[in-house]
Amino acid sequence: MSAVAPASSDPVAWLRRRSRLSVFEIVFWLSMLLPFFFFPTYLTLASQVAITALFAISVDLILGYAGIVTLGHAMFFGLGAYVAGLLSARLGWGEPISGLFIAGAFAGLVGFVASYLIVRVQHMALLMVTLGLGFLTYELANAMTWLTGGTDGLSGVNTWPIFNHFRFDLWGYTAYSYSLVVLLLGFLISRRIVNSSFGLALRGIRENVRRMPAIGSEHRWHLQKVYTISAAMAGVAGALLTQSTNTVALEVLSFQRSADVVVMLILGGTGRLYGAILGSIIFLLVRDQAAGLNPQYWYFWIGLLLMIVVLFLPKGILGGLSRLVRRNG
Amino acid sequence: MLLFVLSVGLSVTLGLMNFINLAHGAFAMLGGYTAVWLMRQFGLPFLLTLPLAFLAAAAVSILFERTLFRRLYGAGELNQVLFTIGLVFVAAAGATFVFGTGQQPIVLPDWLRGSVELFGLRFGIYRMFLIVVALAITGLLYFTLERTRFGAQIRAAVDNQRVAQGLGLNVERIFAITFALGSGLAGLGGALAIEIVGLDPSFGFHFLVYVLIVVAVGGLGSVTGSFVGAALLGIGDVAGKYFVPEIGSFLIYLLLVAILLVRPMGLFGKR
Amino acid sequence: MFAKTTYAIALAAGLSVSYQALAQETVKIGLIMAYSGPFADTANQMQAGIDLWLAEHDGMVGGKKVELIKKDTGGPAADVAQRLAQELVVRDGVDIIAGFTLTPEALGAADIATQGNKMMVVMNAATSVITEKSPLIVRTSLTIPQLNYAFGKWAVEKGGVNSAYTLVADYGPGHDAEKAFAKGFTEAGGSIVGADASPVANPDFSAFVQRIKDANPQSVYIFIPGGAQPPAIGKALSDRGLTPPDVKVFGQGELTLPEALESMGDTAKGIITTFHYTMERDDPLNNEFVKAYRDANNGRSPDIFSVGGFDGMHLIDEALKKTGGDTDGAKLVEAAKGMAWDSPRGPISIDPETREIVQTVWIREVQEVDGKYQNVIIDQIPNVKDPLHGAAK
Repeated sequence: MSAVAPASSDPVAWLRRRSRLSVFEIVFWLSMLLPFFFFPTYLTLASQVAITALFAISVDLILGYAGIVTLGHAMFFGLGAYVAGLLSARLGWGEPISGLFIAGAFAGLVGFVASYLIVRVQHMALLMVTLGLGFLTYELANAMTWLTGGTDGLSGVNTWPIFNHFRFDLWGYTAYSYSLVVLLLGFLISRRIVNSSFGLALRGIRENVRRMPAIGSEHRWHLQKVYTISAAMAGVAGALLTQSTNTVALEVLSFQRSADVVVMLILGGTGRLYGAILGSIIFLLVRDQAAGLNPQYWYFWIGLLLMIVVLFLPKGILGGLSRLVRRNG
Repeated sequence: MLLFVLSVGLSVTLGLMNFINLAHGAFAMLGGYTAVWLMRQFGLPFLLTLPLAFLAAAAVSILFERTLFRRLYGAGELNQVLFTIGLVFVAAAGATFVFGTGQQPIVLPDWLRGSVELFGLRFGIYRMFLIVVALAITGLLYFTLERTRFGAQIRAAVDNQRVAQGLGLNVERIFAITFALGSGLAGLGGALAIEIVGLDPSFGFHFLVYVLIVVAVGGLGSVTGSFVGAALLGIGDVAGKYFVPEIGSFLIYLLLVAILLVRPMGLFGKR
Repeated sequence: MFAKTTYAIALAAGLSVSYQALAQETVKIGLIMAYSGPFADTANQMQAGIDLWLAEHDGMVGGKKVELIKKDTGGPAADVAQRLAQELVVRDGVDIIAGFTLTPEALGAADIATQGNKMMVVMNAATSVITEKSPLIVRTSLTIPQLNYAFGKWAVEKGGVNSAYTLVADYGPGHDAEKAFAKGFTEAGGSIVGADASPVANPDFSAFVQRIKDANPQSVYIFIPGGAQPPAIGKALSDRGLTPPDVKVFGQGELTLPEALESMGDTAKGIITTFHYTMERDDPLNNEFVKAYRDANNGRSPDIFSVGGFDGMHLIDEALKKTGGDTDGAKLVEAAKGMAWDSPRGPISIDPETREIVQTVWIREVQEVDGKYQNVIIDQIPNVKDPLHGAAK
């Protein structure tokens, strides 16, 4: 995604050109099907990677494109997860697709309310407000044990087969296909957003907040919109996790999850939707392999990886790659 | 007041140098382990280990500052946050490797134990001790930063690097010393904290959040702010738990969000 | 889609067939524990217990070599535990899954045990409900009500108090403990004058202790996770003068673990706790266990987690001997039902109906022995079942 100056002066045509699928992208998405054939025993991990990637994309929308730094986005992920779980465990409604919509809508609604607070602050204070809200949600869920099951997690979630046909199986076939389809949809929607004039306005805000109102752009309103969308998407990701594992633990709201996802973004590269996906893949694979080799010290490697990326690839792995390509091309 | 002792160092690095150092917790942990190790291996008295904990954390931090952190001064907030989180991970793994996963208890000298009766209220002696230490640190820092030549140099260097450099100040060295000061205070805080909260490899993560809250609420770069912030949160937290235990655990976060919405720079924020 | 599914199932079946063939010489045990994160120490002690048992038995269970496959959850993450269990069954072809430091881990993995027909040995997680989640779960640790219900009764009948104030950590196990203790306590005729829950991650107890002082009860019951909090609460209590003999302090054993006693010092004196394992208990089997454990772990002493892992391995070994090496989950669980043996903690058995452990509950008091504080057993309640499951039947 290099910022090439538009060849023609027609902005609509330029935007349209930006949103065309390239050959690379098609190859990339096809490669996502590989686990079905080559690593059938890794499907569960693959489905969790897909879910995390969707979550990472939602964070990228606000962090990479709109410049809202957040350390509390797991709040929406967790809300989505709990809504989907409670639908089934407390109300006995386990139909997955409607569950996704309800969870997404609820998280989006909360996101909209929270956005009024978010757009008022910047920098360090913003970091702390998102963090505070995240912790607040966590503590609430912990306190409402009668509803959420508290620290023991919510059990008794039972997700019905998708379209009454595909059961969630032990191998994770259905889980992966389902997560992948939702990820693709989420990705396409996000792509559409960032390559629209709205997306451009967001980038403008990221680059220079003061100038946007001067050219007649309602920056606060834009930020609130994107924050709501991002919250809803995070909620859908959370609901996916609930449906594919049939459990919800408090951990879905944890600071750890909020921080991990930001780490993945930085790894992959912010402000690039593929960066979010790539970062999740790398992070979770490294974690899985390192933890398999050495369950006690694996996070040492994660820490090291982080430090190296920040020092040598400040734009993330994708950013570094694209720089290389440009240098040699 | 424990929170203050832990967070004042961060206020120095974060507020004065504008560097978000989440590895603060790791330096605190280092100080803690230093104190424990010295007491165990060499039987040093508790009080003597405190300055040593300060020095150990400061020395290590200078090493890091010279090799790694200085490259990040100009980087974005997020990169600083992530880099230092990475460092905490590594530090936690290191601590596990060297000291194992267990709690490291310490034994205080007798005169710091127990409690005294004052005006019909009982106060733990150790807590009083902490308050005294906190006040001493505040006084010293305030004096150093506001009243001495070095303090003026720090402020000058932070406010405008180029001009300070032009005036012949060695900005690099000033930054290194400031950073060491902040980390040293973290180490001292870590050593003091063991008695109340214990010490294990997850220490670096555990208090990070509280410490950040204190600094954010108090205001960046203001020692007084940290002091007030810690006191406010400490008292608010205790009072909240005492009067309405049902919501004791969220009160601190509610306070945080509310204060920051009204004063995004914190209570005593300067910028 | 269907072609793919069939293909994969065939492939996986192929894998598992080849593993079955391998299983003739080795038994694969998949361990799911929180090796990293805030509960790393607990997992570590469990692992040391497992390792000690294996070292004492040449690394064999039921006459076969053991291969341990360790998986880290990093904390109470149900979804991660579920994935790991799935991978252990599908990818690594394990015969038995075991470990489980925390309740959410066990709950996350329960379904997989059922679907994969694997015996699941819970070596620590202590919430009552776990064993109901799958017919293949056997527990060798404890349930919190098991310890506290009997203890609540004991506090009134023999502890000589009739009012108590409870303070528990605000999470599942804490609530369980509070309910069970209060039930026992009130059934025996005592009254609970107040109940508070403290945040799990915030170890400043002064406010709660002040509330307790205001209520002026004859005794305080405390349940908090081990680690940093026991010394903190011990100090808070003594700062406010709430110490035995004026006010009796009751709690579950985490409150007075040896590490905690070391930093609590005088403030621990006279605290009465309930536990299912007491390291200081003078018993030949236990003394041998403690000595071997310390030799293997640089002088660190065993605790309840170690003993949970140790006994879990014993159970796996005995069950395999009974089935003649057959690792079929249902058969193994059948073999484990009703099993009884002597553990370092005392005589224990597996309840054939609930697959829960039945054990002696020890009542201990902190006393000074040779200039050091330790937990001295003052009473015992033999053959205690989990009251919730016992009551449900």
